[in-house]
Amino acid sequence: MSTVQVLVATAEREVYRGEAEMLVAPGAAGELGILPKHAPLLSQLKPGELRITNGENVDEVFISGGFIEVQPDMITVLADSAERASDMDEAAALAAQRKAEEVLESQKGDADLALAEAELSIMAARLDWLRKKRKN
Amino acid sequence: MASTKEIRGQIKAVQNTAKITKAMEMVAASKMRKAQKRVFDARSYAEGIRQVIANLMQAHPEYKHSFFTPRENVKRIGIILVTTDKGLCGGLNTNVLRLAVKSIRAQQAEVEVINIGRRGGAFMRRFGVTVSGSVENISDSPELSDVLGAADLAIERYIDGSYDEVHLMFSEFVNTMTQKPTVMQLLPCPVNEEPSHPGYWDYLYEPDSQIVLDGLLRRYIESLVYHGALENKACEQSARMVAMKSATDNAKGMVKDLQITYNKARQAAITQELAEIVAGGAAA
Repeated sequence: MSTVQVLVATAEREVYRGEAEMLVAPGAAGELGILPKHAPLLSQLKPGELRITNGENVDEVFISGGFIEVQPDMITVLADSAERASDMDEAAALAAQRKAEEVLESQKGDADLALAEAELSIMAARLDWLRKKRKN
Repeated sequence: MASTKEIRGQIKAVQNTAKITKAMEMVAASKMRKAQKRVFDARSYAEGIRQVIANLMQAHPEYKHSFFTPRENVKRIGIILVTTDKGLCGGLNTNVLRLAVKSIRAQQAEVEVINIGRRGGAFMRRFGVTVSGSVENISDSPELSDVLGAADLAIERYIDGSYDEVHLMFSEFVNTMTQKPTVMQLLPCPVNEEPSHPGYWDYLYEPDSQIVLDGLLRRYIESLVYHGALENKACEQSARMVAMKSATDNAKGMVKDLQITYNKARQAAITQELAEIVAGGAAA
């Protein structure tokens, strides 16, 4: 099967670099499945799971949003933050969600409210994903 | 000549100082390695986003973004000035501030500063330049969110028209001995890279080109500012390491000199004592 180059990076570090047969990303307008030689695409990403398939290997990474650029021979994922399932801690994820909820309740200004809501939706998506992973 | 006791006290004091500077040198050396690693780790994202922007420039997008259009009449310039929070790092801040002063004087337009790092803000206030925003006390392992305040403020001001250009000033890490003060224009973006995907084409945009481009370009500017902050951290640690090394060497030199003075004073005291005993014996 043909493959495509994939780079996943956050501002702080590189998360994944290598070949892939398929990449599934949480696009702003719905899930995107991308195979090699895809047409050029530029999309926003929402919080969710990034799945990189290469033969038997499947890498699953949670991203909190960002952008994806697709060229026929190269996929670049510029994530705001990214973590692998193995690095995530459910208790910590839950605590982070609680904190986001508290912030949301105590906010008054519109700008702060929008920010807190965005934060909360990331935290909730993160926790959902983690629970799903635990079950499997 | 000072008494032997006084000199001994001085030697002790200088030796203690040397111990402290030596410790600071070693701490800075280890922090420098970590800071360099962080600069290296952040490179993937910076290169990735730069490549995307370069592709974007040739993709003939239907939506021309204001971040790429130079303004004819530049009335006010915003400078994001990256310095250290702490001192004891040789001429690092002095060099970047000297460059800042030079370029502020050369500008026809009015200049405002947004500082990252305490030193730059304090200096600019004394120098009489408006400081419109400050980000201070950044940790040794800065994250993107630490510098977002400064980057976003500059972007907002550029969008609402209060700034017509935004520049970034920081120290670039060349090697341990050399840090280069650097100016970079952030807005409007000067992007000119070789075409990597020639021909006429455009992206599919989701949800639409305006939202994607707005978000992406904002990220691009933020990542450049973040990169500046990381470089500056690496510079700070290496400059501190070198400064502390020379301080330690100087202290050792001083101890050597003081030791000689001490020996001479001691010898003189013994000689005098002997002379007195001999003179006493002769008199008896």
